[in-house]
Amino acid sequence: MLSLTDVVTHYGPIRVLKSVTLEVRAGEIVCLLGGNASGKSTTMKTILGVVRPTAGRVEFEDQRIDGLPTESIVRRGISLVPEARRIFGRMTVWENLAMGAYTRRAAPPGELAEDRERVYALFPRLEERATQLGGTLSGGEQQMLAIGRALMARPRLLLMDEPSMGLAPVLVDQVFDIIQTINRQGTTILVVEQNATVALSIASRGYVLQNGRIVVHDTAEALLRADHIRRAYLGEEGER
Amino acid sequence: MSWADILQILPQQLVFGLALGTVYGLIALGYTMVYGILFMINFAHGEIFMIGAYLGWWVFALLLQAKVGGLHPAWVLPLMLVHAMVGAGILGVCLERFAYRPLYLRGATRLGPLISAVGASIFLQNAVMLTQGARMKVYMTSLLFPWSWRIQVAGVSISALVLVMTASAILMMWGLHLLVQRTTLGRSIRAVAEDREMAAIMGVNVRRVIAATFFLGSALGGAGGVLVGLYYTQIDFFMGYSAGLKAFTAAVLGGIGNIHGAMLGGIVLGLVESLAVTFINPAYKDVVAFAILILTLVFRPSGILGESVPESEKV
Repeated sequence: MLSLTDVVTHYGPIRVLKSVTLEVRAGEIVCLLGGNASGKSTTMKTILGVVRPTAGRVEFEDQRIDGLPTESIVRRGISLVPEARRIFGRMTVWENLAMGAYTRRAAPPGELAEDRERVYALFPRLEERATQLGGTLSGGEQQMLAIGRALMARPRLLLMDEPSMGLAPVLVDQVFDIIQTINRQGTTILVVEQNATVALSIASRGYVLQNGRIVVHDTAEALLRADHIRRAYLGEEGER
Repeated sequence: MSWADILQILPQQLVFGLALGTVYGLIALGYTMVYGILFMINFAHGEIFMIGAYLGWWVFALLLQAKVGGLHPAWVLPLMLVHAMVGAGILGVCLERFAYRPLYLRGATRLGPLISAVGASIFLQNAVMLTQGARMKVYMTSLLFPWSWRIQVAGVSISALVLVMTASAILMMWGLHLLVQRTTLGRSIRAVAEDREMAAIMGVNVRRVIAATFFLGSALGGAGGVLVGLYYTQIDFFMGYSAGLKAFTAAVLGGIGNIHGAMLGGIVLGLVESLAVTFINPAYKDVVAFAILILTLVFRPSGILGESVPESEKV
């Protein structure tokens, strides 16, 4: 469904992604692990065309998408739940969801209302707070809103950048439950995480990114068992 | 002047102040919208306003020349306004495209587009002076709004012109408010103002939204030019300077970047000016206006409705 082949991305003169090759197949949950500044978020932004790769190819459903404007990439069916949520704090919950459906603004209103209902079914809290400003929500609610907003675009591939960041452990489990639910409803997911244990527990495969390169690639089970990899590349003791 | 005299002229002055204030607010919207989205002050906005005044005058002059009978404000004024708004809007979009975008796209400092705006302002002033002449053009306002058209409210005599001017300004602000709050375009403008990258990730074409913002702000400025032209009956190539500064003051006073703040700031400024005219001396009108600018910047830089200035840098 999605494949990156030898992708190189620069920020000005700095080469952030040196060589990223990864693949996500339809229906999977794939997780991309890596420590701080390993290039995880840049990978996400490169897929979405927010930054353009300087070399390599990005393909989505067998078509090249690198070099396309973000707008048309989103329209093809990829959306992002960004790091630190980044909901529109000065807009209401309702308006945030409307922004999520921005590329589908020509869709029949009934269809949009349906999607809204689906998001509310996943997150009843959002319906209660529909007219509240995004900025007044709690961290957990904002994460729900960020996920709901991304779902409003009807993505076939959902990118999630550190969905566990800044959430209490109880909420982290909830968020990952919901990621699984979304996946079962037919959305392919690429999730970027520092919290390797939780992410791998729901994923089918995982990649480890270090200094802008994919250094390890294996099934999630194998990665979960391989303590030495986690210690070497993720700087953790298997528990966080 | 005795207190009795003052009390007699005060209501009249407040009406003038309110009328002029709504027009200041209209022009201030152009500054505040552009600032909200690009974090830059479009110093050429005063010139867009001035060119709007010329575009409106031009329609009127053509109609007079063609000896069109039955010049009724009900259709002449909308024609002037639409012409001025479309022309000023396109001018604003061109300014953004050719004078600002090349700078902010290349990651210039915030100072770059600002200086370019000052340059554009000087360029436009001189272009109008060279093509239209340095002499004043006269709006034959009395042909559209005869002096006899006025109403008396509680001893205050309000001319039809002042009523129409205030009503048009308020109507346009209301229209903008609805557009920004209720439409998809308005939502995308607010989204880009709040978080440009996230808006792009939602699929918003950020450049187009910036262009639309310039169009809207400039169109309102152009409309303001027509209204001020009708009110003062004389326009020249330099009129954008002081009106631009006044509107900028209104935008800062209300809280720059805040659309409702610009409207409120304009009205407050208009009223304070009219009080200054009444109680101090008409000659100090501008002094009072700019004293407000300085006091706002010193004591409440975020303005009446402004939030604390965000840390994030744009442009």
